Amino acid sequence: MYDAGKIILGIVVFVLFATFPFYNNAGKVSAKPEPKLDTPVIQQLTEKKCVESKEFMKAEHMQLLNDWRDSAIREGKRVYINSEGKEFKISLQNTCMNCHSNKKEFCDKCHNYAAVKPYCWTCHIEPKEKQL
Amino acid sequence: MSMDRREFLKIAGSSTFLATIGIGAGWILSRPGEFLEASQFSQTKELMKAKQWAMVVDMRKFKTEEDYKKIINACHKIHNVPDFGNPKDEIKWIWSETFDHAFPGQENEFMPEQMKHKPFILLCNHCENPPCVRVCPTKATFKRKDGITMQDLHRCIGCRYCMAACPFGARSFNYRDPRPFIKEPNPEYPTRMIGVVEKCTFCEERLAKGQMPACVEASNGALTFGDITDPNSEVRKLLNANYTVRRKAELGTRPVVYYILDIPTSVVPGGEGNV
Repeated sequence: MYDAGKIILGIVVFVLFATFPFYNNAGKVSAKPEPKLDTPVIQQLTEKKCVESKEFMKAEHMQLLNDWRDSAIREGKRVYINSEGKEFKISLQNTCMNCHSNKKEFCDKCHNYAAVKPYCWTCHIEPKEKQL
Repeated sequence: MSMDRREFLKIAGSSTFLATIGIGAGWILSRPGEFLEASQFSQTKELMKAKQWAMVVDMRKFKTEEDYKKIINACHKIHNVPDFGNPKDEIKWIWSETFDHAFPGQENEFMPEQMKHKPFILLCNHCENPPCVRVCPTKATFKRKDGITMQDLHRCIGCRYCMAACPFGARSFNYRDPRPFIKEPNPEYPTRMIGVVEKCTFCEERLAKGQMPACVEASNGALTFGDITDPNSEVRKLLNANYTVRRKAELGTRPVVYYILDIPTSVVPGGEGNV
């Protein structure tokens, strides 16, 4: 092999560079996101429960929201009946965000952590929050 | 036992097939909560139902500029329609236009002055045979069961085919981000984003709550809304009692917004007989 020294050195430099984020952050734990649920509306609820169970919402809220929008807009069905038979008005702005009026402390907490950028808020108006 | 190649492939193929089905079924059954059923959705109890919603505009009831403004503002305010302040970027759901623009080819230089210069109130015609729906490549705009030509802005890719197809100019494109140009946003209704096409929806979100469209409510009886397939509806009664015209009906899109013209009573034989 010609120029073996240069090539091997080059590969070593490249590998070190490419894996920098891994060894640099190894062993460090970044804080687990903890979305806050202490909005005034939620605190007044006698039974603190979302439209479905906490576990379901945690894992499947994106699918639920997709189903909600298709049902409301395309089929004109604007009522959701949950697994317990309770009815909810289908609306991101008026139902979800009525309770979860703290978008920055609720939605954004996990979305930022997971580096996902849902484009809900380019059209839907987010609730007004007190400027900190 | 010896096995030939054919036999081997048969057994291998069928066992792979069965294993795939088994794993798939096991995966679905192991995650029950995940697959939402369609029966979990229903219509609101207040929803107003129709086979084909329609509107009759009684031009005789428009007297002052205020009559137009009131209607246009009522709509644009609750639907977060931006005001860019220039006609190039203009977004309009309901607007006013002169006779020769609303009914091109129908005008003549000797027609009554009051018709020549009096603006008409125009909006999406919610055609029974809508060309915008036919051309939409993503089915973002579609016909609802109650006849409303609806749009799913989640799906709009901003190709503007529908704008080219609509003979009524009822569709507006968001060339710019509309957010900064909405003076008082209605927090109960979404805005739009840059790059989508929007138009009147016959206030389907209000019909779901059992309310009349905002323009009808603000019009003091100049606009009438109802089911055109129901012979006893208010719109049918008006159509029965008055001569009405539709915009560009000759194109065959079957628009359902009807206009009662404001003809000077002296022109009509028998004068005051209008209902």
